[in-house]
Parts: sequence; C-alpha cells; structure tokens
Amino acid sequence: MECVFGMVGKGFALVVADSSAVNSILVHKSNEDKIMVLDSHKLMGASGEAGDRAQFTEYVQKNVALYQYRNGIPLTTKAAANFMRGELATALRKNPYMVNIVLAGYDRETGPSLYFIDYIATLHKVDKAAFGYGSYFALSMMDHHYHPNMTVDEALKLADQCIDEIRSRLVVAPQNFVIKIVDQDGAREHSWRRTTKD
Amino acid sequence: MSIFEYNGSALVAMVGKNCFAIASDRRLGVQLQTIATDFQRIFKIHDKLFVGLSGLGSDAQTLYQRLVFRHKLYQLREERDMKPETFASLVSAMLYEKRFGPYFVQPVIAGLGEDDKPFICTMDSIGAKELAKDFVVAGTASESLYGACESMFKPDMDHEELFETISQALVSSIDRDCLSGWGGHVYIVTPTEVTERILKGRMD
Repeated sequence: MECVFGMVGKGFALVVADSSAVNSILVHKSNEDKIMVLDSHKLMGASGEAGDRAQFTEYVQKNVALYQYRNGIPLTTKAAANFMRGELATALRKNPYMVNIVLAGYDRETGPSLYFIDYIATLHKVDKAAFGYGSYFALSMMDHHYHPNMTVDEALKLADQCIDEIRSRLVVAPQNFVIKIVDQDGAREHSWRRTTKD
Repeated sequence: MSIFEYNGSALVAMVGKNCFAIASDRRLGVQLQTIATDFQRIFKIHDKLFVGLSGLGSDAQTLYQRLVFRHKLYQLREERDMKPETFASLVSAMLYEKRFGPYFVQPVIAGLGEDDKPFICTMDSIGAKELAKDFVVAGTASESLYGACESMFKPDMDHEELFETISQALVSSIDRDCLSGWGGHVYIVTPTEVTERILKGRMD
C-alpha cells in the first residue's frame, strides 16, 4: 500500500515516500522513485494510480521549468502548489488524475513550506502531511512527536519512527522508503530505508 | 457518505443591529481523518461583504477563486464594490450554470448593503437563494445549528452580544458533530470595523 508523508523543520522540509510499484499481488519493483524533484528547490511526493502519478508529476515538472524559461525567475512553492491544484481541479470533472501530492519547497523570502493536495484538488498549507494507509500511523506519530523548528536530525528520527510504525503495523507494508530533503542549498535525495535489495 | 460530507464543515451567519456576524468551524477532514485544524472557510470579498463556503473543500476553493475574479472585474468596470444582494444573485447564477454537474458547495453570504443595512442569505448547491432576516446556516452541522440559533437568537443585538450569541450557537452545534469542529472562526462586521476572533471548543 502506497504511503507518502512529509514535515517542515527549521529551514528545511522533508518528504518520505515508499518505493514499491505493485500490481495486485505482484511487486514489480521496490526502488520506484515517487518523489519528483520539480526544480532546484521543490520536491513533489506523489501517491496514487501509477500511470496518473508518472504522467502528472512529469507534466508539472515540465511546466514549472517552462515558467522559469519564459519568465527568467522560478515559481514560488505557493504558486507551484496553486498551479497543481488548478490542473487537478480542471481535470476533475473530465478525466481525473487519481494522484495525491505532498509538495515541499524552500523559498528565499518565506523559508520552507509544505502543501497537502489531494486528488480532488483540495489544497492546504500544512506543517505535516501524509497520504495512504500509512498516513494513519504517520500522522499519529507526527502529532505526538512533531514540534515546530525541528533540526534535520530530529526530523529524520521522527521519519524513522513513522517508517518503523508503518513497517510493524501495516499488513502489506512497503519494503523500502526514500527520503528527500529541501533546504536553502536545494532539493536532493537524502537517504533510503531498505529492507530488500533492488 | 455524501460528497457534501466529505470534508466536513459548519457555517452560520446572523444579523444584528447595524452589524452582522459570520462564523465557521476550522476542521479540514477527509471523511474520518482530520487533515488540518486551521482551514479557512470564510472569505472577504470586500470590506462589507463576506462569503462562507461549506461543502467540498476543492469546489469551495474553485468557486471562491471564480468569485474573486468576477468581483475584481466588476470593480474595474463599475468603479465600486458589489452590493451584497447583487453578489448573492451572481453566486446563484454561477451555481445554476452548473445545474447538471454542480459545485458541491453551500454558500453563506453576509454583507452590509445600502445604508449599512445587514444582509444575509444562503443557497443550495444549485443556487436556490434563501433570504433570512435573522440567521442562516450551512454545513454538516446545519441541523444542530438551526436549533441552537432558533433558541439563542434575539433581534437587534449589538455587536458584543451578537458575538456571544453566534459563538455559543456555533460551538454547541459543532461539538456534537464529528465532521466539523477544532474550534471556530468568527467575523463581526460593523460599518466601521471588522473583528476576527478564534474560538476554542472541543478540540476533537
């Protein structure tokens, strides 16, 4: 079962996603990267219908890049979030994208931010977000242990606690997780949490 | 579960003496799960006109963006703000345009019209206006709200008493509704100022 979650810390934002690509009872691969790096300072963790996820995240990434080419400056995280919401909302009554998104970004003026965008195009700026069955465990762990202005180490410790909880309590828990981080130095892959090799 | 109950919401507006109050809950949920406790449901169109949108959060956000767009165009063309009665007709028309594929929202409109006379109204998801002289309600807690408002409301309350009344009515209703809650957001609008207050209720 797919799971994406994220949180905001002091000067950074973290997104964690599982990396399983599953079809019914078969695990196609367990190193699927579901967190798209949109541009230098934005991460988009997506979960949902596999084809929609791949298509929509690529579509957003290319449009974010196009904006920067046309206008010479990058989109802010808020603007990117609203663009995604607009696309999801327009498609909703024609051919909906079944994709839930956690968008993390760092802007020089406003610092780190995290946005929750579900597949019906509900947008909300949050400090912590989670999607999937794993969200029941991740959100509860974060509600208990999260506090504003956490350091990277504290946030990673919390992310590990969430992953451990998902692993131990979810019946079809994903095998591997990827953690990506975005701060003033940019968006990058941080680490993996594996139980199986690729 | 109905699509109107997917995110959970509670809205109420009341008329006072030369003032009005509009209040909402703060929960954003996805069915049984709470996503956020600071969701904004009441939006300012201009200093004397507020609109609250209950129902599906996504459609509320879409409709709000479209309404702001229409009002800004109106301001450019007419060089003045829209009257609440006009705005209500605009919302009603926009909702009926989507008669066979509607926005899943129930708006509550509250404003000060000509001579600062308070105006409130609500409508269903396809734009059937319901004007009222005392109070209007919308959302998952609407039945509780009807009861609470009917018993607590008095005509011609001043803004202090109106705040107390609308707050009590809102909090007592949303405390009994599992889909709305996590506090309240109250706006008291008089001809001279707008006061915004956050309420604390059962934080669950």
